Amino acid sequence: MKEAETSAAHAANRETVQRAEDAGYLSEVQVYEPHRVGLPPLAPYFRELWRRREFAAELSRAEMRSANTRTFFGQVWLVLNPLLLAFVYFILLFILSRRADGAAFFAHLTAGIFSYYFISGSISTGARSVVGGGSLIANMAFPRLLMPLSAVRTNFYRFLPPMAVYFVIHAATGQQWSWRQLLSLYFLACMIVFASGVSAFFAALQVYFRDTASFLPYFLRIWLYLSPILWFIEEVPHRLAPFLKFNPLFPILGGYTDLLVRGDVPPPWIWVAAPLWAIATAGLGFLYFMSRERDFAVRL
Amino acid sequence: MISLSASESSTATTGAAAAAPPSKVGPYVPDAPLAVKVENVSVTYRTTFERTPTLKTAIVRLGRGERAVREVQALKGVSFEVPVGTSLGIVGANGAGKSTLVRTLGGILPPTSGRIEVHGRISALLALGVGFNPNLSGIENVVLGGLANGLTRAQVRERADEIADFAELGEFMELPIRTYSSGMRSRLAFAVSVHMDPDILMIDEALSAGDAKFKQKAAAKMQDLMSTARAMFLVSHALGSIKELCNHAIWLHKGELMMQGTPDEVTAAYTKFLQVGEDAFSLEDL
Repeated sequence: MKEAETSAAHAANRETVQRAEDAGYLSEVQVYEPHRVGLPPLAPYFRELWRRREFAAELSRAEMRSANTRTFFGQVWLVLNPLLLAFVYFILLFILSRRADGAAFFAHLTAGIFSYYFISGSISTGARSVVGGGSLIANMAFPRLLMPLSAVRTNFYRFLPPMAVYFVIHAATGQQWSWRQLLSLYFLACMIVFASGVSAFFAALQVYFRDTASFLPYFLRIWLYLSPILWFIEEVPHRLAPFLKFNPLFPILGGYTDLLVRGDVPPPWIWVAAPLWAIATAGLGFLYFMSRERDFAVRL
Repeated sequence: MISLSASESSTATTGAAAAAPPSKVGPYVPDAPLAVKVENVSVTYRTTFERTPTLKTAIVRLGRGERAVREVQALKGVSFEVPVGTSLGIVGANGAGKSTLVRTLGGILPPTSGRIEVHGRISALLALGVGFNPNLSGIENVVLGGLANGLTRAQVRERADEIADFAELGEFMELPIRTYSSGMRSRLAFAVSVHMDPDILMIDEALSAGDAKFKQKAAAKMQDLMSTARAMFLVSHALGSIKELCNHAIWLHKGELMMQGTPDEVTAAYTKFLQVGEDAFSLEDL
């Protein structure tokens, strides 16, 4: 008798949970239970994330508006900043260490620095996204992953004007045009996925260690030197060579700039390593973020 | 410490609730279908001593062998049921777990153990307000809040004007929130949460917001919502507004449910508790 009762109760329970899962957060019935292994249920989480993507887009748009990104001088600044950095390195490497291939090198340098700015910008704005989300995080239930993803979106839009300028530089330095340049979009996609993962990781870390953002510039500067930006992928500094397989940006940025600047098709392992790094980084970064997400509301 | 389970006390208080219905809200109907069911919910979280935890202080603490985190047991095995039509007042001293309870019901803090079932869409107005990005205008914050809450862009646009009207902010809606006075902020926050078409509305210490005129308007709006919403939760230290706006009340103390019953009973017991102090009180029968 009692058994029948409990099994009926279980069935009712399952039914409630099922209804809740089918309809997501906005459903008639919502069930909140402890997160298993610290993670929220993944399928409803990502469904809800997708449903509220408009929030991430609007957040990024609003932030760009408040930072005057859309104004003329805002756009000029977006280009000027990385361009000046490219000039600094160009003077350093071309004039002081007497490289022979001035024009090609400058094109490679600007393409590399512009895309590196996208990645490092995503990481540093992403790191501030959750902590800066303040009372929105404390007051509302939504997939928090939208915050760092919105930061990546913002930086992607900030990356577009510099890319337009890159094509001017490409033409001005007499680089060749080829259909193979289109293949660089494959590596751009890897770059976006990779940046999202790292951004989510640092966004969560920043909640626990608020000085993460002050260490980031050093970390990012070193990473810039270890990536194929100041050198072409075939001229790996030989002391660095054994460690390159541990740098995700080597295949991702290397493949991207090779295709975009010179129209060179990179070796197959680059094509394989780039998405592997991107997906693994995004997977780990997202999982870490989601496992800590519960804490954000009480830690801010 | 005595904690009553939901079923015991609701049977105990049914008679009283029926005998003395609150003046402005409908009666509390314990047999109505459930709006919210809280089963043995505990919430434990870890928090730091520092306001801004840094790697630097973490390393310094590690060097001294100190623990930088402290575990907070905000709720301990709380169970209660809220039938449709309830306007539930939540009272308790500071740190009793009231805000944690409301945030757990809103899905912001998942429970550490136990289970919560919510029938309907919740809109929460919490103590921290809505103005999340002080550099964005009021209207932008409203749009972002609505989208985060899961509304579509069209739904948000529909409501934005109503919200602006209700909050009576005029041209301030176009200005960054950092230019607002605290009263204007809470008016906006209140307007946002009541315009989300909630099935269940939760309000945490919000009635202190705004001037006397807005308070009346807010109270009127809440009574209006009670006719359409399924349930309402009101967290407040103002026992008067609990008695006025609620038809049922619970009292939390140090994360445990001390008592539930009619607002008059609960606020009377709570007031007595505050006067005589904890030690004297725990000797008595509840």
